[in-house]
Amino acid sequence: MLSIGHYLFLGLALFIIGVIGVVTRRNVIVILMSIELILNAVNINLVAFSRLYGDVAGQVFALFIIADAAAEAAVGLGIIIAFFRNRETVLEDEMDLLKW
Amino acid sequence: MLDQVIFYTFAAIAVISAILTVTRRNVVHSAVFLITALLATAGIFLQLRAEFLFIVQIILYVGGIMVLFVFVIMLVNLDEAVRQMRFARQKWVALLISLALAAQVGLMFWSSRKMPGQGMPKFAAAPVEMLPPNSEAVAKSLFDTYLLPFEIASVLLLVAMIGAVVMAKKRT
Repeated sequence: MLSIGHYLFLGLALFIIGVIGVVTRRNVIVILMSIELILNAVNINLVAFSRLYGDVAGQVFALFIIADAAAEAAVGLGIIIAFFRNRETVLEDEMDLLKW
Repeated sequence: MLDQVIFYTFAAIAVISAILTVTRRNVVHSAVFLITALLATAGIFLQLRAEFLFIVQIILYVGGIMVLFVFVIMLVNLDEAVRQMRFARQKWVALLISLALAAQVGLMFWSSRKMPGQGMPKFAAAPVEMLPPNSEAVAKSLFDTYLLPFEIASVLLLVAMIGAVVMAKKRT
């Protein structure tokens, strides 16, 4: 019999993999993809609790998170394109214009 | 029993393809594995009887956001990035701190299981003959209780659209 713990562990695993991707990768596009993984892990938790309590509010908030992810991906990829046009790089440690 | 088989199958697919997403050298491979992970998550949603979210996940994430990612991967020049170092210089410290975070939350799960009367609650069995209508319930909640957040989300999407167009536009 599945319990809420199974889904929480799955969400934890995906969240940690996403965090590892954000903090260790150099390519900014992969970092954005890892952020999508993190948001997805949160969605799993919300839907699992929605099923546990028989309340659809969790699914509604998962929808809001998906809309947020779409907005974040559009703006982030726009920034990456603008930056690539100026500096010809997508690596995060070469993005040091504000550092001195 | 069937629920467990479906859950473990999709969970294994999701975790394995998430690991491959963050470790592949080629960004296009990462994108393909991320699509697999998102589809497996959609399967988990269906197993949780959230049909509307299952469809939204496939149409919006896999059909919309990932197409955007693949477009940007094609726009930026990747031939050099493939040959360069995959991970940042601080990778070992970062990995250690992430694993410490995982250990903390895992310990929290583990200790909550042994507390008296605080075990992980089981799901109630789903009705066999007819499932409750999911899309109608989501629509009622979305347009009734959460109408204002819904409108704010639409304004957010409009702002993001304008911002993305302005930022990706060619300077003249």
